[in-house]
Amino acid sequence: MRALKFSRKHLGIPYALFLLIFVILPLLLIAYYAFTDSNGAFTLKNFTQFFKSPTNLTVLVRSFGIAFLSTVLCLLIGYPVAYILARSSMKKSSVLLLLFILPMWINFVLRTAAMKELLYLLGAYKSGDMNYFNTIVGMVYDYLPVTILPLYTVLSKLDKNLLEASSDLGAKPLYTFINTTLPLSMPGIASAITMVFLPTTTSYVISDTLGNSKVTIIGKLIENKFNSGTAGSWNAGSAIALVLLLFIFATMFISGKFQNEDDSSARGSGLW
Amino acid sequence: MVKKFIQRGYIFLVLAFLYAPILLLVVYSFNASKEIGTWSTEWNFSLYEMLFSNEKILKAVYNTLILAFVSATIATVLGTVGAIGTFYSKKKVQKLMGGATQIPVISAEIVTALSLAMIFVFLGFYRTWASLIIAHVVICFPFVYLNVLPKLKQLNPNLYEAGLDLGATPTKALFSIILPEILPGVFSGFMLAVTMSLDDYIVTTFTKPTTLDTISTYTYNAYAKGGANTSVPALRALSTIIFVVVISVVIINNVRVNRKANSR
Repeated sequence: MRALKFSRKHLGIPYALFLLIFVILPLLLIAYYAFTDSNGAFTLKNFTQFFKSPTNLTVLVRSFGIAFLSTVLCLLIGYPVAYILARSSMKKSSVLLLLFILPMWINFVLRTAAMKELLYLLGAYKSGDMNYFNTIVGMVYDYLPVTILPLYTVLSKLDKNLLEASSDLGAKPLYTFINTTLPLSMPGIASAITMVFLPTTTSYVISDTLGNSKVTIIGKLIENKFNSGTAGSWNAGSAIALVLLLFIFATMFISGKFQNEDDSSARGSGLW
Repeated sequence: MVKKFIQRGYIFLVLAFLYAPILLLVVYSFNASKEIGTWSTEWNFSLYEMLFSNEKILKAVYNTLILAFVSATIATVLGTVGAIGTFYSKKKVQKLMGGATQIPVISAEIVTALSLAMIFVFLGFYRTWASLIIAHVVICFPFVYLNVLPKLKQLNPNLYEAGLDLGATPTKALFSIILPEILPGVFSGFMLAVTMSLDDYIVTTFTKPTTLDTISTYTYNAYAKGGANTSVPALRALSTIIFVVVISVVIINNVRVNRKANSR
């Protein structure tokens, strides 16, 4: 009789079922499609075809290039902002921080479109060969608020005594920054990187809108396979998705070494 | 002194970069000119008239709002139930379910989108309202879970036991002891879920009914296909309205939070 009595942990059962059907099973389906052909027979063709195609490899390298540049620019622009905000008075910094993360609430496709209008006004579409430049500007524009938030969180919690100790012991400000502030803000940098680098390799909305559909990144490649009606294209798309997924888990594993447990929620925390 | 000046200048520059595109749309939404770059000396609301007579955009706005509200509500119930169920389970179960919950957060949106499209084909309701709503629940519920879990950790475990000892049924104890304590987490989880749903493009386009549009898919189709200036002028009016709504909501929320902090 006892076993039938309601207890709090029984609430986990419907939840586990949902996870199983809509999170775990879909991933298994990707793996299944990736290793089969359109008739359902086992094959490695989807992977060999992907890695043999020069166009695909170019897309792969290009995606990482665009993502790398965008991430570096976001950090270079965002770190000083977070640093200045974290060191200004509490009241002022909270208002300013709000100003910096406010754009996150506006629909990001609309924001990207707005950037296109601005770039158009500035003449960035006159020559037609600035598609890559425009794409990267858009990526930085869209992901800068995402970068600033975790950096600010870490920098504002920094123990000021450590910095004072460093300068008391005779370190110059630049030395203190490089040897104290920067290493201590590594968790923030790591979570900023994971929150910018991954989306920028795949968010083809920005590259399509600002690059006039002339800039192809990995995300777009998967979408193309998904929308093309030819037999086996979903299998090919799944193979790319699986490669991407393995890459994501590898990144998570590496950056997880810098982050503490609760940081995984950083993408949302502070927003509300 | 000089340092302060440089710092202020820098902050101003970055803010200008973040706000210039939006403010450009706001200004041009009231200008009689239909194209950005050509300036009219006349100011009017013609773009707003265009917006409110464009049934496709209005329908897209309606779909976006309904979708966000319904999926965020389901995600909130699911995420809360999941957080409670997981938190009071064995350590091993906790770790397993916590890990699975993280998957939609850390995975690339395109992978989630593709995998969901496949499961809906498999289950036989691909490209329906049901598939669209479930897809949005999947991208939203982890944020509710992650917001509720810390509140459960802060909860005094003796309260629930005390409730049971005083004769409350487990269900009653759950609703009148645990739920009120974790409500702030549930609320912020819900708001975050709404934000995530409103913002989404990729998962939406992989799972939506073919003829249905949301603000995201409508805007993408208007801007991505085609040449340099393919703007839909009415979208400028829409962006302005959204901008004003967002600012109002954020200010109201901040005043609310500050008042709470001050009253303590």
